[in-house]
Amino acid sequence: MMKYSLNRVFQAIPTLILLSIASFVLIHVVPGGPAVVMLGDKATPALIAQINRSLGLNKPLWVQYMVWLGQLVRGNFGYSYSYHQSVASLILLNLPRTLILVVTAIAISHVIAIIVGVYQASRRGQPVDHTLTALLYFLYAMPTFWLGVLMVSVFSIGLGWFPSGGLYNPLLGHATVGSYLVHMVLPVSVLVIGSVAGWGRYMRSSMSETLTQDYIRTARAKGLTECTVMMHHALKNSLLPLITLVGMSLPALFSGALIIEMIFDYPGMGLLFWNAAQQRDYPILLGIVIIIGVLTILGNLIADLLYAVVDPRIQYQ
Amino acid sequence: MLDRKPTDVEEPGTMEGLWSLPEPSGSRFQRIFWHHPLARWGILGIILLTGFSFLGPLLYHGSPYTLHLTALLQPPSAHFPLGTNNLGRNMLARLMLGGQTSLEVGFAAAISAMAIGIIYGVIAGYAGGWLDALMMRIVDLLRAIPGLFLLIFLDSLVTPSPMLLVLLIAFTSWHGVSRLVRAEVLSLKSRLFVEASVSSGAGPIHIAVRHLFPNILGTVIVATTFMVADAVLVIASLSFLGMGLPPPIPNWGAMLADSMAYLPQHAWWLIYPPGLAVLWTILSISFIGDGFRAALDTRLSATYRGGKAL
Repeated sequence: MMKYSLNRVFQAIPTLILLSIASFVLIHVVPGGPAVVMLGDKATPALIAQINRSLGLNKPLWVQYMVWLGQLVRGNFGYSYSYHQSVASLILLNLPRTLILVVTAIAISHVIAIIVGVYQASRRGQPVDHTLTALLYFLYAMPTFWLGVLMVSVFSIGLGWFPSGGLYNPLLGHATVGSYLVHMVLPVSVLVIGSVAGWGRYMRSSMSETLTQDYIRTARAKGLTECTVMMHHALKNSLLPLITLVGMSLPALFSGALIIEMIFDYPGMGLLFWNAAQQRDYPILLGIVIIIGVLTILGNLIADLLYAVVDPRIQYQ
Repeated sequence: MLDRKPTDVEEPGTMEGLWSLPEPSGSRFQRIFWHHPLARWGILGIILLTGFSFLGPLLYHGSPYTLHLTALLQPPSAHFPLGTNNLGRNMLARLMLGGQTSLEVGFAAAISAMAIGIIYGVIAGYAGGWLDALMMRIVDLLRAIPGLFLLIFLDSLVTPSPMLLVLLIAFTSWHGVSRLVRAEVLSLKSRLFVEASVSSGAGPIHIAVRHLFPNILGTVIVATTFMVADAVLVIASLSFLGMGLPPPIPNWGAMLADSMAYLPQHAWWLIYPPGLAVLWTILSISFIGDGFRAALDTRLSATYRGGKAL
């Protein structure tokens, strides 16, 4: 397991280095180049010349790269010209809101997907199993943006149960926990429905496969109740690969969050990214691409290492 | 059970029996694909959709661009079967034209991505060693950055034409196919028929074209089919976010985004048709993909060909 973990870590490091090289290349592709990315609208020819000197743009490319990487590691992501703030401070403000959205959705989706998967596996081949399979297939194909629009139109405008967007009620003037939770219901639901559709399908097949194993037959032969067999023997083993699945789903979850934040006007990193794209605010765009890349690579790494902890049978291929 | 491999069988005579099982792959494909319940519905769905998008405008002569200033935000009527939007544009005509771009760009992007993915995957899998390791880290990198974020970033650098959009989507989605192809090539290149070919002096191009490609075709077709569905979804998502093809080119996603401002007026005719069109397309293509998977899954039949035992 130690060997597997080390191998897995050594696989993540070059990917992170590649991410930094790719971002460095993108900075030079962006209109205006690195000086404008760093300075934003403060860019006067004198300042640009000064930045170019301090960035060492007359030095070899690899020196420039090292200087830039040093800045990045110290948290200097440049300066946003549409927000007149450092990109790092904007990301620090908005990233936690997106993470709350995504983590809440992951937690709720897991509970629902596990319940649905176990229920379907225990009713395998019966009409209720087919109905749920069809429903999950349908939801899996459902475009996130349409689901979001439908939710707003039905639950917010039609029934008036939930607010259609924002973080809290501006009429109250300040954010309360209750108001925040109410504003989270619809955005989280859209993300949850999308994830449950994928993970529920997975849980059903994983459980069904586990139930054909010999040790399940043994457990039943010992006279254990069906509930014990399901919960203690089958479920635990079927759950394992779900860890990897979450790691692999991270990019899709972030993409989903971007669309959802835009529909519900939820001020997270996705909305920041979207607004920055409208303004062509390249420092923000690049900063967020880097942060999300790092989060996904680390998320996948953690998922794989956790998997090695709970399932010692794993081998690095 | 399906996990009964030829290795589990003790007597050589029985193994011979297993090896002689496969029939010509054409008949196997037809037997499974055309009897797959979902695949039939998928084919029907895609025929209806193609007819609606490409033949529809020949039968229904509404202009997708004309502004009917006397008929703004009209619900469906005899004159406008799907109503009009806030600018008085004919929604049915726009839905048809939106279908054309979605299907054209979707198929072109998926096929381009497939081509890149095959070449990349074959090179990585066949070369092995440090080149393979480097190439796979690049794939890891593309997998780590959500496609939508990368597309929006690239979109902000250029103003996409349909051709450019095809390339952008292909660039952000080829890595899935390349991983599958590489894995297949890795397992194929240690097989006897490839080794026999190498030892009789065949060059890498000959081996790739004659031995590797035919064997990865099934996997590639299945993956590409699902990629068409993903591409259609990406086009719609991008245009919903106000990116992708610039207005007034109609797209289902942009039509839906425009309708959001009129949610309080309960303009249902603006919300349901474009969303249903995207869902219809994705479901039809996924059904066909499931049919292909059932009919072409080489991993299922590899057991019978005795591949693993060799």
